[in-house]
Amino acid sequence: MPHDHDHDHDHDEHRHEGMSASGHPYRADQDAPLTHWQRMEIAVRELLAEKGVATPAEIAAQIGRMDARSPALGARVVARAWTDPAFRALLLADGSAACRAEGIEVDALKLVAVENDAQAHNVIVCTLCSCYPRTLLGLPPDWYKSRAYRTRLVREPRRVLAEFGLTLPDAVTVRVHDSTADMRYLVVPRRPEGTEGWGAARLASIVTRDCMIGVAVPHI
Amino acid sequence: MAEAQPPAVAPPAVALPAAPPPYPDPAAPPPRFAPGAVVRVRRGAAPGHIRTPWYLRGRLGRVERVCGWFANPEELAYRRPGLPRRALYRVRFSMAELWGEGSRDTVDAEIFEHWLEAADAPRP
Repeated sequence: MPHDHDHDHDHDEHRHEGMSASGHPYRADQDAPLTHWQRMEIAVRELLAEKGVATPAEIAAQIGRMDARSPALGARVVARAWTDPAFRALLLADGSAACRAEGIEVDALKLVAVENDAQAHNVIVCTLCSCYPRTLLGLPPDWYKSRAYRTRLVREPRRVLAEFGLTLPDAVTVRVHDSTADMRYLVVPRRPEGTEGWGAARLASIVTRDCMIGVAVPHI
Repeated sequence: MAEAQPPAVAPPAVALPAAPPPYPDPAAPPPRFAPGAVVRVRRGAAPGHIRTPWYLRGRLGRVERVCGWFANPEELAYRRPGLPRRALYRVRFSMAELWGEGSRDTVDAEIFEHWLEAADAPRP
């Protein structure tokens, strides 16, 4: 956020010590010692290179490959399911095969697509760790990995969803999916009314990451 | 003279792949439980890496689907091969069963076969 510090000064004319020209504090240098796991990561990475298992360039390329994944891939899959009945059927039967049919290489991902309808709303969690369909949606948001989300979603999902701004009618059953083993999950939201005639790219633009985790629904 | 219609631009037709889920293992025995079967999660407390959450142990649920056969994560965690593969199920639990409240909401979780017993098995 742009203003995460207290200040009651004008931005012009005078400067405070330790402030940038625009009157904001400099970010502190990271002078603290490395944590145990930071040291371990460096040690393993250097050993992989030293022993010829992988070159630094290959490791960087793989990081780049993961960073290139984003919720836009999942949104494309959802948008096509909204417009192509055969694709929707494939997605619900074999989520990973549907991704590949859409041209998305999802590696070893075993995807289960769960579809929202008038009777049920689906939402995803991993109570044991942070399992997430990373090859389809990119890295999970920090809150997805928080203990609060992981413990509370299976206990009081409606209260958690309400905190995300999603209040569901009592008539709609909430189905929580706990990713405990080999499957990963994608929520297929309901296509909003008023999107008739929209093209795939425009449809995909309203399918956010949170819609595909199930803590939100698409809006136009 | 009518103009020639441009070819319709349709995405390539999709079809189920040769081996759709449940992810098969020809060497594995058939699954012990069918979709719809009522099962209880074992109340076990084995040491080590376990993918059966504590909050589900001892709880009754219904098999939602058979996912397929997968190497046992309790062995994979210790660099063993985890073979033969074990049947993995998605089991649906009601909030009422888990937390004693009357909500119709549900939790589905993946549970390996060796963590499940028939609902009428005697409680330990």
